[in-house]
Amino acid sequence: MDIQERRKERLDRGIKVRTEGIYAVSSWQEVTYLVLPRLILIVGLLLLPLLIPSLYWKRVVSIAGIYGLLALGFDFLAHFVGLVSLGGAFFIGVGGYTAAILDKSLGLSPAFTIPMAAVGGAFVCTLLLFPALPLRGVYFAIVTLMYPLALMRIIEALNIFGGTDGILGVSSFPNRWIEQYCIIFTVIFALFGLRRLVNEDIGLVFRGVKDNDQAVRASGLSITFYKAIAVFIASGLGCLGGAYLSHIYMWSGISQFALDFSVIPIAATVIGGGGTLVGPVLGCFFLVPISEWLREFGTLRIVFYSVILMAFIMFRSEGIMVYAQRKYHQFERWVKV
Amino acid sequence: MDILIYGIINSFSLALMAIGFTLVYGISRLPNFAHGALYVVTGFLVWSLINLLKLNYLVSILLALVIMGLVGAAIYRFVLIRVRGMATSEIIATYALGLAILEFLRWGGFKGMTYTLPVFIEGSVTIGGIPVDLQRIIVIGIGIIVISFMWLFTHFSKTGLAFRGMAQDEHAAMMLGIDSDRMAVIAMAMGSILAGLSAIALLPLGNIVVEAGYNVLILSIAVCIVGGLGSWVGAIIASFMIGFLQIITVAYIESHFQMVVALLAIIVTLILKPSGLFGRQKELEERV
Repeated sequence: MDIQERRKERLDRGIKVRTEGIYAVSSWQEVTYLVLPRLILIVGLLLLPLLIPSLYWKRVVSIAGIYGLLALGFDFLAHFVGLVSLGGAFFIGVGGYTAAILDKSLGLSPAFTIPMAAVGGAFVCTLLLFPALPLRGVYFAIVTLMYPLALMRIIEALNIFGGTDGILGVSSFPNRWIEQYCIIFTVIFALFGLRRLVNEDIGLVFRGVKDNDQAVRASGLSITFYKAIAVFIASGLGCLGGAYLSHIYMWSGISQFALDFSVIPIAATVIGGGGTLVGPVLGCFFLVPISEWLREFGTLRIVFYSVILMAFIMFRSEGIMVYAQRKYHQFERWVKV
Repeated sequence: MDILIYGIINSFSLALMAIGFTLVYGISRLPNFAHGALYVVTGFLVWSLINLLKLNYLVSILLALVIMGLVGAAIYRFVLIRVRGMATSEIIATYALGLAILEFLRWGGFKGMTYTLPVFIEGSVTIGGIPVDLQRIIVIGIGIIVISFMWLFTHFSKTGLAFRGMAQDEHAAMMLGIDSDRMAVIAMAMGSILAGLSAIALLPLGNIVVEAGYNVLILSIAVCIVGGLGSWVGAIIASFMIGFLQIITVAYIESHFQMVVALLAIIVTLILKPSGLFGRQKELEERV
């Protein structure tokens, strides 16, 4: 009887190691290896509005972009700062209402209301979440899950901001190319910006907050301060998406606090691959059209992506992008033990 | 006077809803976000057994509780066991499961028409000049029975003692020969049965609607958080606090604020004292 024990060995490809240093520019092969994946993503996203003919699906692309921003925020908070926020709807709602109020009361154009809503909304979100920042794990998740529900009920109960009807007649974008490319450029900018950010010094601190907060504290840094900065960034992205949504639909209402905005980004992150930042965005551009396509089945689509989410978290919790990156950077072989 | 009576009734309803949630969390540290879904499922299960299979009311209740127990055990055995210990995955998995169940029910025809369960005994009694349905009295009765049963169970039965051992220190319990996964399966099954029991006691008071699932989840989380996650005494005291607070809000302000009270209670408690009123064991871990 000879029982052979084998195990899979993973090794970095030579080209990956070469491209990590200054030698990256030594040949076209290495440059291509580095640039090609990024280029495919950027060009793909930029071509998307041109390639899609129907007006309806163009709108879906914009919505996917909004979800992409939310998912970026979720991934950033969950995998780089260690705060699991189940309240994507909270960011969307705050941003949406801020933009709608700015639009209606001051009569500003979307070019002003969207950035103002992003920054102002992020301020409001950070301020409201500030007391909850020392929490972590399940506790932070529960608080963030409750915030959108609470705000929704408060708006309903006090009948403020148009009550259950919402704020109608928000001005729209001048034309739909601006509408489309604004969101796509924002997504690309946010994606590469965040990738840069998490590799800077401050990104190191963020990871410290996630993995070993006592060490961060021992270094004389305030954990709550860094968490607040992270929440400000993530909620800024969410509020930007929310402001967009208000202008696209020319309406802002309590359905912006709906569960969809909390669930889809999480599903996209799990499917796309948490901690890669690009995975969640791709996950959104994959999930949102499917969800749109399933719209005729009504609430069955929520069942559908809840089940996908469960299946991924149980069997493939690493997600597509982590898998793809591994295949791209490494090769595997069986070795005898 | 009516504040007192309805406050007590409301408090017992809350305690019934929350006890299953706090049981599962207390023992296996699993936040069961599918709790509300299990509650609604039981309602529809009993309704289907009565109206589609034409079974006796009592028989269908018992059958539904047995099925719920099996469902709970299956959820742990096939889903949660894979993500055990990863807090984020636990939350997302149970949340997705609950969402899938509730939205499936919403899609699957349980909409439009009103579905109701018959009350156990018709009629009402007058207490202190206020008429109260007998069903509400029964809710109090079931509440007292369940709470005292749980107390006896966790203090005098072998499984119950093992539960408490797990809750206090899982590793030490495992060293003493307590199978942590088996206990968690039993806890999850009991949690589901308790969710079902509360549904059977409370649903005859109104319609069976899918939205109730979300509300029950929020209310049970509120009770557990205020009382301290995983603490029995805390959960019961918290359900009285929130129960009376809700009734007082309805009486003096407006009924819209009933849910806001529960949500604010969660947020305020977590911010001021995240371990809740009586949850002392995790005080050091949960806060930075």
